[in-house]
Amino acid sequence: MKLEVGHIFIKDIQFGAESKIEDGVLYVSEEAVKEVVLEDEHIASVKFDIARPGESVRITPVKDVIEPRVKVEGRGGVFPGVISKVDTVGEGKTYALKGMAVVTAGKIVGFQEGIIDMTGPGADYTPFSKLNNLVVVCEPVEGIKQHDYEKAVRFAGFRVAVYLGELARNLTPDETKVYETYGIKEGMEKLPGLPRVAYVQMLQSQGLLHDTYVYGVDAKKTLSTIINPTEVMDGAIVSGNCVSACDKNPTYVHENNPVVHDLFEEHGKTINFVCQILTNENVYLADKQRSSDWTAKLCRLLDLDAVIVSQEGFGNPDTDLIMNCKKIEAEGVKTVIITDEYAGRDGKSQSLADADAAADAVVTGGNANQVIVLPKLDKVIGTLDYVNTIAGGNEHSLREDGTIEVEIQAITGATNETGFGYLSAR
Amino acid sequence: MLKVVHYINQFFANIGGEEKADYPVEVREGEVVGPGMAFKQAFGEEAEIVATIICGDSYFNENLDKAKAEILEVVKKYSPDVFVAGPAFNAGRYGVACGTICDAVQEELGIPAVTGMYTENPGADMFKNKVYTVSTKNSAAGMRGAVSKMAPLALKLAKKEAIGASCQEGYMPNGVRVNFFEEERGSKRAVKMLLKKLADKPFETEYPMPTFDRVAPNPAVKDLSKATIALVTSGGIVPKGNPDHIESSNASKYGEYSIAGVDDLTEETFETAHGGYDPVYANEDADRVLPVDVLREMEKEGKIGKLYDKFYTTVGNGTAVASAKAFAEEFAPKMKADGVDAVILTST
Repeated sequence: MKLEVGHIFIKDIQFGAESKIEDGVLYVSEEAVKEVVLEDEHIASVKFDIARPGESVRITPVKDVIEPRVKVEGRGGVFPGVISKVDTVGEGKTYALKGMAVVTAGKIVGFQEGIIDMTGPGADYTPFSKLNNLVVVCEPVEGIKQHDYEKAVRFAGFRVAVYLGELARNLTPDETKVYETYGIKEGMEKLPGLPRVAYVQMLQSQGLLHDTYVYGVDAKKTLSTIINPTEVMDGAIVSGNCVSACDKNPTYVHENNPVVHDLFEEHGKTINFVCQILTNENVYLADKQRSSDWTAKLCRLLDLDAVIVSQEGFGNPDTDLIMNCKKIEAEGVKTVIITDEYAGRDGKSQSLADADAAADAVVTGGNANQVIVLPKLDKVIGTLDYVNTIAGGNEHSLREDGTIEVEIQAITGATNETGFGYLSAR
Repeated sequence: MLKVVHYINQFFANIGGEEKADYPVEVREGEVVGPGMAFKQAFGEEAEIVATIICGDSYFNENLDKAKAEILEVVKKYSPDVFVAGPAFNAGRYGVACGTICDAVQEELGIPAVTGMYTENPGADMFKNKVYTVSTKNSAAGMRGAVSKMAPLALKLAKKEAIGASCQEGYMPNGVRVNFFEEERGSKRAVKMLLKKLADKPFETEYPMPTFDRVAPNPAVKDLSKATIALVTSGGIVPKGNPDHIESSNASKYGEYSIAGVDDLTEETFETAHGGYDPVYANEDADRVLPVDVLREMEKEGKIGKLYDKFYTTVGNGTAVASAKAFAEEFAPKMKADGVDAVILTST
């Protein structure tokens, strides 16, 4: 399966009378995107704002971050089974608006939305401070339950991203990257002798606002399965979850999964990147056992030599991570796992809720309990009303002088477990 | 200029080897001795060694209390900004002496200390979690390398600056996890680690697996109908409004609340403070997490003797194990004193 991804660099976003992309500037008609958002009767009103790198702006509470893309050649459309019709994606040609994102924010869904600072120390911890962000702040209709509100905001974000992506359909990309994987037999013939490697991605699926969707299917209702890594570049996996901001995978991370990209870098050189295996993180023990059994079984069936396993979330999913690692290693397949840590503010507690000697190769995204003081910024997009109650905050987080003392778990993407960021710990 | 007191053994003071190991404590004020020369150079204009303490390894270990007291007395007198011992390389008794005296200086005088030794030196295992212990080579041939890490670390400690992660500063991992930014993103590091593991080359995990506490369950309650049962939860159930402001994640406290006379938790009276799950169902009916209603029925039916009239609650969402342990250590004796026979722990 071969996918060409054309990059269209967006240097700036501005509001304008007409939505268009010109000389690397994205002009957005507020009227037009408003209409796109208000298609959903659950959303009462919406406001748009723009946050650029280096500006004294804080976005909170952040729900999702999405990169606009458009499918220009090949089967299907972006976000299949969610926005586009169900059809296999991952081949042909896709354009992506690089250097920007759609950020959904607004009145809180649960406790687990995040903070994106565009400048200052907080900006170092979130990868999204480096992007031009179109922020979509949605207010729900009265009396709506959290999960319905979550769904409405989730879809609003995708609709806006698809609308913006369409603006690039007839443009010429600034650069193009090509990604290609092979069928099982084909790969062995083309890349003889190279170790067979796959990527096992654990999807957050604990339920109760902790969900991920694959081709529109709720991941907690799936068996472990195989997907072509190019499919995720077309939005085959989307985020619908509100786990702590630091280590949930916003849709942007799925579209730009760094493990996929870094394995592709080695594909055909030092390894044969066979496929991506998706598995879930359900809360029942039977589900955990079944899913990890299937994951290990698939690794064996594919005659893999090694896998990278990435986690999403913490605590309960630590047990899935260790089960996967243990069972895959027991099949004679080598593993490297990526996780993050909750070692306490002093860094002295056990970092994971489960452990096993088989997990001898661990990459960590850092200790999410580390405390940081964020300076007062000139402008807030969204509201600071929830800073004291989001995960990572406490009753004293928002101080009188406008500074915020929180654990970095409140910062979107701070300890991402697909290895999206640079933070680590020892 | 910052003040340093340096501790070395008889060998590195050029007094003698094993035959002189019973050499008693000697103080050389204003003198830089042996490895002190390398430290002096590394400190430059920032710090000076105000005194060197020399002590034979046998003398120290065989007269532990006396030697310790003598040395502490001297250190106190000079009140340095930082105390440096060694490096001891693979000399076992010297390593233990360095660790012991650094620990004592920190604990009793409140002065930060740093030492250095080879990872297999018995002193390393004994003290690396208490004293910053720089990992050195196994012989004095590694002096240069050892000082190049110990001196900057000593200066940082003296200046009370934040200490970076073990891999940055060169000290042995000490059980305290410290964040820092790597040069490559996590996925790249994972791919590199995988390639090494595939090639059977040595690789270094970023998080060595911990050893876990295992709690053996108590024997079953013999007669439930006479037992007082308590409810304890990490599901965050609190009186409406969360009066003690228990955090939604990584809780720093727990709550103790009365359920005397309460038969049912309602939407008006209780809610969850937990930030790790959709609160809708717990807020609608907190009995779903803390089953007071069911236990009251069982109490009426005589299936259990009594429901304890208080419950203890916290938020288990990303809460440090050390905090959870401390909470239970505080409230468990209270329940025991009140005659609680068994506890139902509910999680979410």
